[in-house]
Amino acid sequence: MLAAVLSLTVLGLALGWLLGLAARRFRVDVDPRVAQVEALMPGSQCGQCGFPGCSPAALAVVNGEAPLTLCPPGGKALVEALGNTLGISVDTSAMNDGDPQLARVDETICIGCIKCLRTCPTDAIVGAPKQIHVVMERACTGCGACIEICPTGALALMEEEPTLRTWRWAKPQLVAA
Amino acid sequence: MTTPISGPHYHGQRSVRGIMAQVMLALVPATVFALWQFGWPALFLFLLTLLSAVVTEALSLHLAGKAKCAFLLDGSGLLTAWLLALSLPPWAPWWIGVVGGAFAIVLGKQVFGGIGQNLFNPAMLARVALLISFPVEMTRWAAPQPFTATGAPGFVDSLKITFSGGTNLDSLTGATVLGHSKTELTRGIGLDVSLSDIYTPLDYLFGLSGGSFGETSALLLLLGGLYLLVRRIITWQIPVAMLATVALLAGIMHLVDPLRYADPLLHLLAGGLMLGAFFIATDPVTSPSGGLGQLVFGMGCGVLVYVIRTWGGFPEGLAFAVLIMNAATPLIDHYLRPRVYGRSRRGTPLTYTAEQLGREKE
Amino acid sequence: MKLFRFRGGIHPPSRKELSAGSAIETMPLPERLYIPMQQHIGTPAEPAVKIGQHVLKGQLLARASGALSAPIHAPTSGWIRAVTDFTAPHPSGLPILTVVLEPDGKDEWDEFPLPKDPFEMPPELIAERVAAAGIVGMGGATFPTAVKLGGATNKHIHTLLINGGECEPYLTCDDRLMRERAFEVIDGVLLILHGIRWGRAIIAIEDNKHEALEAMRATAKGYGQLEVVAVPTLYPMGSEKQLIKTVTGLEVPAGGLAAQVGVLVQNVATAYAVHEAIRYGRPLVRRIVTVSGGAVRDRRNLEVPIGTLVDDLLRHCGHDGEPERLLMGGPMMGTVLPHAMVPIVKGSNGVLALSKPELPEGSASPCIRCGSCVRVCPVGLMPLELMKRAQNNDLDGAQDYGLSDCLSCGTCAYVCPAHLPLTHYFNYAKGELAARAQQKRKNDYTRQLVQARQARLEREAQAKAAAAAKRKAERAAKKAQEAEA
Ligand code: SF4
Ligand code: SF4
Ligand code: SF4
Ligand code: SF4
Repeated sequence: MLAAVLSLTVLGLALGWLLGLAARRFRVDVDPRVAQVEALMPGSQCGQCGFPGCSPAALAVVNGEAPLTLCPPGGKALVEALGNTLGISVDTSAMNDGDPQLARVDETICIGCIKCLRTCPTDAIVGAPKQIHVVMERACTGCGACIEICPTGALALMEEEPTLRTWRWAKPQLVAA
Repeated sequence: MTTPISGPHYHGQRSVRGIMAQVMLALVPATVFALWQFGWPALFLFLLTLLSAVVTEALSLHLAGKAKCAFLLDGSGLLTAWLLALSLPPWAPWWIGVVGGAFAIVLGKQVFGGIGQNLFNPAMLARVALLISFPVEMTRWAAPQPFTATGAPGFVDSLKITFSGGTNLDSLTGATVLGHSKTELTRGIGLDVSLSDIYTPLDYLFGLSGGSFGETSALLLLLGGLYLLVRRIITWQIPVAMLATVALLAGIMHLVDPLRYADPLLHLLAGGLMLGAFFIATDPVTSPSGGLGQLVFGMGCGVLVYVIRTWGGFPEGLAFAVLIMNAATPLIDHYLRPRVYGRSRRGTPLTYTAEQLGREKE
Repeated sequence: MKLFRFRGGIHPPSRKELSAGSAIETMPLPERLYIPMQQHIGTPAEPAVKIGQHVLKGQLLARASGALSAPIHAPTSGWIRAVTDFTAPHPSGLPILTVVLEPDGKDEWDEFPLPKDPFEMPPELIAERVAAAGIVGMGGATFPTAVKLGGATNKHIHTLLINGGECEPYLTCDDRLMRERAFEVIDGVLLILHGIRWGRAIIAIEDNKHEALEAMRATAKGYGQLEVVAVPTLYPMGSEKQLIKTVTGLEVPAGGLAAQVGVLVQNVATAYAVHEAIRYGRPLVRRIVTVSGGAVRDRRNLEVPIGTLVDDLLRHCGHDGEPERLLMGGPMMGTVLPHAMVPIVKGSNGVLALSKPELPEGSASPCIRCGSCVRVCPVGLMPLELMKRAQNNDLDGAQDYGLSDCLSCGTCAYVCPAHLPLTHYFNYAKGELAARAQQKRKNDYTRQLVQARQARLEREAQAKAAAAAKRKAERAAKKAQEAEA
């Protein structure tokens, strides 16, 4: 009987030790890394998240004071990147699936007041007084700053249209759980 | 438009259910033979264990809110119970089978999240739990009593054996060779004496000896195992590494002191080694998935089996050995990955010297 | 010849018998051809034709743009009816800029100056002509062939490996090509050899294609630098890296190119296209396509003008009811098509209309860690571990387990008894990885823009301040003057 108790104790200890080792070895590092998070942010300092800019926003995210979904320009990709960096899993399925949005000028309405051009944090809008303005897709972060300032309502955010270059395979949906 | 499906748009014929069915098929000869050997009580116990496992599985699936049919039909629960039953003493009382089957399913499998998620082999977990909780019942080995034998219990007697603890069971029980020799050794009796009245290799080979239910016929288990190998349900690494390691260790120790340490053949044939090597250690869920990892896993099991058998507190170490190595599986899988094409073992891209390439030019 | 064994691999039922028996036939000209402006890896070509214009067969439709690109030519003579967006032969069903050509029925070739003896030409000229002919890898990879050749001339290439593996089930177009046009293929091989300044050429053919092997062997006889080798039938033998390993024993270093181990791989159909281009000056405007699958009535190997709709092919061969799934390429690595109104492109080696019983059935269940996928992966990955990470969006973890080494060959998913869509997970994860890189590029760009803007605003503010200071100074000076006066 003694032998049984003894060997079981040893067995338990051995198992525990191995499991502990495995747990430690495979633990996801949850170190807050503000700089890393900030590097992921779009950096347009647009303030849509309710913070004065990207680095305060990054700090808030790392400290858990703001949700990972705070930044509209960053879109789903940013949320997932943040989740991976911070080791937090977020359900992005509830998020607007349209990914990053882009501003677009309705040429029939624009009066060329150059207000949007002055406001855009990334200088993504080109134009001249009394001319129809155009948003350069490549530079637009979809922050929406121009939308509010436009006196005629010529600007609107629209989903970035997927192209063959940006199309990606969706995650497979498993029926059986 | 629905989301497009990525390739391949082609699939081999394998299914989880098919694999489980093949394993059970491979177990049939040894099981039928064991049932024949141990008579009605064994059959009752066998059926009870299976039934208990299936009912418990259905219940836990229901509680977890999962699709019952899909998972019940995959046959994994049945296989677990089958393996557990084969490792029980054939004349154990009914509740051993019922508790064991339920334990294997609930604590061995479902609490981890169901099929594929468990860290430990559920059958062995249940066996160890039973062994610790009910040491007496779990070590009362019946001597073989084929249906045709004169002393064999009839149907009604058998019901009594299984369901009410039976009458004067002790007269029917024999000891296993591993247990017996160990006890005798502690009394200072060498193997030459202690083995002479109980051990004949041929009996063990064919399964005419006492012991757990399905662990007895090494030959039939070996055949079943070979069948699985041929059908590529299991790979050679674990069984070969495990058997070779045990044989090697036993051989060395036997050379050192033949009176204390049994010969390799006995170790290979006795106890649950064959069952363990081909059917239990090879459980896919709880063993490494890479070839190299499987070799290490098999060797580890072999070492532990031998060590526990020879120096441990229990005469048979299979269950413990497998469980310990199960715990090591995540580590093994992490460190012993296959070499990737175009990379060295350490994972860096391959480099060739001009000479190596030049030699190719011929 | 000593062959080597790559790890893993599978033997799926070949189903080549469905179409292997039918000789190559010419597909009649359809009513319209839809020619996408990108049929290769790299930058899209730029249209060089106007609507309404009449073109001859082989005339340039679109110019190559940039270093990694390929021109596109008219598959027949006719009128350009539109240059517009049209559905691409791609699972997404997204549009691509496409030239619509209405055949005039004459199928009249443009005139091409014929070279006298191509073997007298300087080798660089071969690559040049191949580039001008718009030839791309026709096994499905569609990498511009001239770029590969050009790269090969400055590297130390010891072996030209001609890929006649055709390991994908169903497909028989390369098989038929080698059987029926062995001479042309061999000529193409010799021309490529000339283009890379000679060396040896090994033509590797899977050993289940007896007739092709025989034909190619007979034709190659007498050329000391050519060797026809039967390689074992084992999927994915046709994958470049696996074929290199099988024939040379060398492995392409991870993340590297075949040229690094001194090998240049070309598909047999590409060799044939090179023959056409160099001997007759004809650009790549048609290809052989296997039309097969359970839903097709007459399974054939058709020589098809580029731009023919899949729908035209299916109607030509006849089909029973709506196919359950429509594929371009083989069932292992081919892509699913959104519908049949998409054109054949340079890389389309097959059109498969599969019926229900041919498709994998059974829904996915949890992984039982059986290790089958690990055993068969030709790369040596652990697909089950990779999948776990892809499922959890742990891209870094997936990278650690070799995501970027994965070929997306589908071998693992083929054997998985739990019917898990392993390869789909890897495609998804690779896409996410690309998206992440894209997003990062955009963020970097945004940051640059923001900084530039801030610098500009500062400059403007400074200029304003300077102007104000100047005005103030002027005013002060004026005051002083007035006071003096
Ligand atoms: S919403 Fe995003 S881009 Fe805008 S300030 Fe906040 S973190 Fe920066
Ligand atoms: S703010 Fe509106 S109206 Fe003014 S230039 Fe911009 S888009 Fe045109
Ligand atoms: S083949 Fe499928 S079930 Fe088996 S280990 Fe791989 S993913 Fe899991
Ligand atoms: S798809 Fe990737 S992981 Fe799967 S077998 Fe092919 S290379 Fe290996």
